Amino acid sequence: MTMLTVSVYRYNPDTDDKPYMQDFQVDTEGRDLMVLNVIMMIQEQDASVVFRRSCREGVCGSDGVNMNGRNGLTCITPLSQVVKNNKLVLRPLPGLPVIRDLIVDMQMFYRQYESIQPYLQNNTTPPAIERLQSPEDRDKLDGLYECILCACCSTSCPSFWWNPDKFVGPAGLLQAYRFLADSRDEYTKERLARLDDPFSVFRCRGIMNCVSVCPKGLNPTHAIGKIREMLMTQAT
Amino acid sequence: MVTMITNLGRSGLSDWLVQRISAVVLALYTLFLVAYVLFHPGLDYLTWSALFESTAMRIFTLAALLSIAAHAWIGLWTIFTDYVKCTRLRLVLQVVVVLALFTFVIWSVQVLWGA
Repeated sequence: MTMLTVSVYRYNPDTDDKPYMQDFQVDTEGRDLMVLNVIMMIQEQDASVVFRRSCREGVCGSDGVNMNGRNGLTCITPLSQVVKNNKLVLRPLPGLPVIRDLIVDMQMFYRQYESIQPYLQNNTTPPAIERLQSPEDRDKLDGLYECILCACCSTSCPSFWWNPDKFVGPAGLLQAYRFLADSRDEYTKERLARLDDPFSVFRCRGIMNCVSVCPKGLNPTHAIGKIREMLMTQAT
Repeated sequence: MVTMITNLGRSGLSDWLVQRISAVVLALYTLFLVAYVLFHPGLDYLTWSALFESTAMRIFTLAALLSIAAHAWIGLWTIFTDYVKCTRLRLVLQVVVVLALFTFVIWSVQVLWGA
């Protein structure tokens, strides 16, 4: 028997006055399980524990959770990466309202994503087959389009914690740059005009929490720097 | 797009640029003053006041003072908008900071060019 102590954030607004931490003992049999497996074993012990999950292979982005103080996807995070002193603390993603247990309300996150208009805007009549891009132009989208919107980055960003209604956040800004960098998009000027206020982009203080937690290894800080460069080029 | 009326430059980009340029000016001024003090052991009043007699030094000092004012306005505005959620209190703090900085600048001009 190899017992692991897992402390889980519990909150059910229907029955609890306030959130509390509940400890569970899980027998891992010495295996280096993924955190998601451990949460499912906990749910077998207590069916009232709720969490989000879907693809269980780091593609859908629904199981973002704070594990021992660090945001990540439970399905692709092995215990060996997060467990300290045989203890694991699981909390919902910080900074967003908790719906129940490990489930957060992502509305503010999606609203910021929506604000950057995450779709191609082009008024030129499309050619018969498709809008072509040179391989070089296509390369510019690498490291941007891979985002799965799991919110691990934005919810580890203090600027997003304090101003989730005004600061777009790392995830939204990475996507903002994805469309600014796209050779097929014609609305660069309009997109930049919407970002040139003291909050949307410039509340980023460059502390790079987003880069350190991104489960896909992306670099929102770099994209934010590129947006600043584009704003600067346009304005000077 | 968020509209703001209490930040220094109205645009995020101009605030960001002013913050960086003023930081460079302040760094240069600090390095110069530290170096000056280090290279003048036993510094007396006459040497010190002679330094501030030259127009170049007065302009450099005024540039540093204006940089402090701009830098502090932008920096404190950022801190207040992050942490002070009560609008009235935040506005009061912002006005106090701006008035204080204005006073410091005028006072320094008087010190630099006064008798």
